[in-house]
Amino acid sequence: MWKVILRRILIMIPEVILLSILVFVLAKMMPGDPFTGSINPRSSPAQIHHLMQINGLYDPWYQQYWNWVVHLFHGDLGQSYQYHEAVSTLIGERAINTLWLSIFTMVLTYLIAIPLGVYAGKNEGKLPDTIIRIYTYVTFCIPFFVILVVGLWIFGYVLNWFPTTGSISATSNGFFSGLGSRLYHMILPGLLGALFGTVNIVQYLRSEVIDAKHSDYVKTARAKGVPEKKIYKNHILRNSLLPIAAFGGYSITGLLNGSIFTESIFSYPGMGLLFINSISYRDYTVITALVLLFGILNLLGTLLSDIILGIVDPRIRIK
Amino acid sequence: MNDKFIQEIDSKELSRLTKDAEKSAAPSAGKILWREFKEDKPALVALVLVVGFILFVIIYSFFINVNDLMKTDIMDYLTPPLQDGFFLGSDTSGRSIFKELVVGSRNSIGIAIGLTLISSTWGIAWGLISGYFGSFIDWTMQRVYDFMMMLPMTMMIIVLVTIIDKYNAVTLTLIFSFFYWLGTSRLIRSRTLSEAKKDYVAASKTSGTSSWKIIFLNILPNISSLIIIDTTLSFAENIGVETGLSYLGFGLPDNTPSLGSLIANANDPNNITQYWWTWLPAALEIIILCLAISYIGQVIRRSADSTQRHSK
Repeated sequence: MWKVILRRILIMIPEVILLSILVFVLAKMMPGDPFTGSINPRSSPAQIHHLMQINGLYDPWYQQYWNWVVHLFHGDLGQSYQYHEAVSTLIGERAINTLWLSIFTMVLTYLIAIPLGVYAGKNEGKLPDTIIRIYTYVTFCIPFFVILVVGLWIFGYVLNWFPTTGSISATSNGFFSGLGSRLYHMILPGLLGALFGTVNIVQYLRSEVIDAKHSDYVKTARAKGVPEKKIYKNHILRNSLLPIAAFGGYSITGLLNGSIFTESIFSYPGMGLLFINSISYRDYTVITALVLLFGILNLLGTLLSDIILGIVDPRIRIK
Repeated sequence: MNDKFIQEIDSKELSRLTKDAEKSAAPSAGKILWREFKEDKPALVALVLVVGFILFVIIYSFFINVNDLMKTDIMDYLTPPLQDGFFLGSDTSGRSIFKELVVGSRNSIGIAIGLTLISSTWGIAWGLISGYFGSFIDWTMQRVYDFMMMLPMTMMIIVLVTIIDKYNAVTLTLIFSFFYWLGTSRLIRSRTLSEAKKDYVAASKTSGTSSWKIIFLNILPNISSLIIIDTTLSFAENIGVETGLSYLGFGLPDNTPSLGSLIANANDPNNITQYWWTWLPAALEIIILCLAISYIGQVIRRSADSTQRHSK
């Protein structure tokens, strides 16, 4: 197992290097420069020229890339031109918000998906199975951003049940009221994300349960007279639930990519919204750092899932 | 006696017998599909709805002058539906929502069709080649696949769209296609891997058929039902791709209507509640369209699998 993990990590290194070069070059190719926006009537072209020069923006790209990498290994991602703040602290603040929302969504997804999957498998071919299948099919094919907008309209504006923007209300200070306010702001995006992200888990769990139901060890247990409840608890679920844990890594990557939509629709100050804002201000340092971070997180999420799958399912390990 | 019998069967009888034999033989894929649709009335309705809607949108948008449509007319500012000749009302610039919807649908569906064609073709070719040749070629192609999988897609597309200064629907479709072939290629690869191990491929190989002929004349037809299903489902998915980015403001340019940019009207807190007609029709249209298309996909999937068919 360790060999497999080590090999995977070794393959990751060139991928990350390639991504960093790609991202850096692409960010440099973006039109405009970070100072055009900050011109006021008193700043002359010479001043901007000077700013560009001291920030090293006239150097050839490989020189700039090299400087960037050297700084990166010193933990310095540069300064944000838009927020006049170190990129690492800026992203750090936003990352916590995104992390909160992602974990919340993931927990909700599992809470909804696992009972549904087991129930559908248990009642294979009957009415509940059909209803659950229709539910997963409907949630699967509608574009997620449309759901978010419609959900925001119905539950945020029309019914007025949930806040429509932000991650925490300004009036709540103190630990518990802060936590409560945070949760309150996360319920709507989290719930929508969870309700519309269950397809994979439900379908996987359903087919696992159906497979297990017809397997020999369950037949044996039934023949011995083990009560139905115990068969599910001790025989079927123990085998079927383990691989579901592995979906965690994949769903992290899915949630991160979805965060751009979720956060811009709900004006939730996380990394996705920061990315959208930075794009319009040509804030290179933030853009490169964010794309690189998302890429690395994607890799780590997949790696995590593969490791869990390898631990759970020995057949994958041998390969 | 014997001769006479042969003579008799030679004429009309033979054609009748051939027809009978054809009837009792396994029906063609097209026939099964048609039968499946006839059996499942909602699917037939969905099919007629989708095809009819796409045709209506394409034909009607020929009669709409987009430049005229996108002109700002402050007098018609936010007219409610069914007033002053605006069927679905008008937006903050006094443009007819209904006409924007028609042209936007044409643009969005057109891009989704283009994207599906390009990315599916590329993904199918990639998966076939990677799965058939195996060994070093497969390893290299899979590393490329892994690298592409790592890229945060939405972010990369947004960065690319910002870099390219002047872009239109075609460039946009190409940018999307660059990223959205991954799922198809993986599906086709795994199917090709198992198909390439079968006897008919081995027999073809030993009799000296070239690899390309085996791939495209033997394996491709055998996985065609999988391809049709995957293409239909990815078409439904691809509608969400362009509209989503247009919603964020990184899709089609400002003066080109799209379903996504219509939904973006909802970004204004006033629009989302008071002036619901500026964005809700587009949102509902996407929902219904995607549901209908993937329902059709489900029927095609069913007809490809004889154990699941409704029609026997």
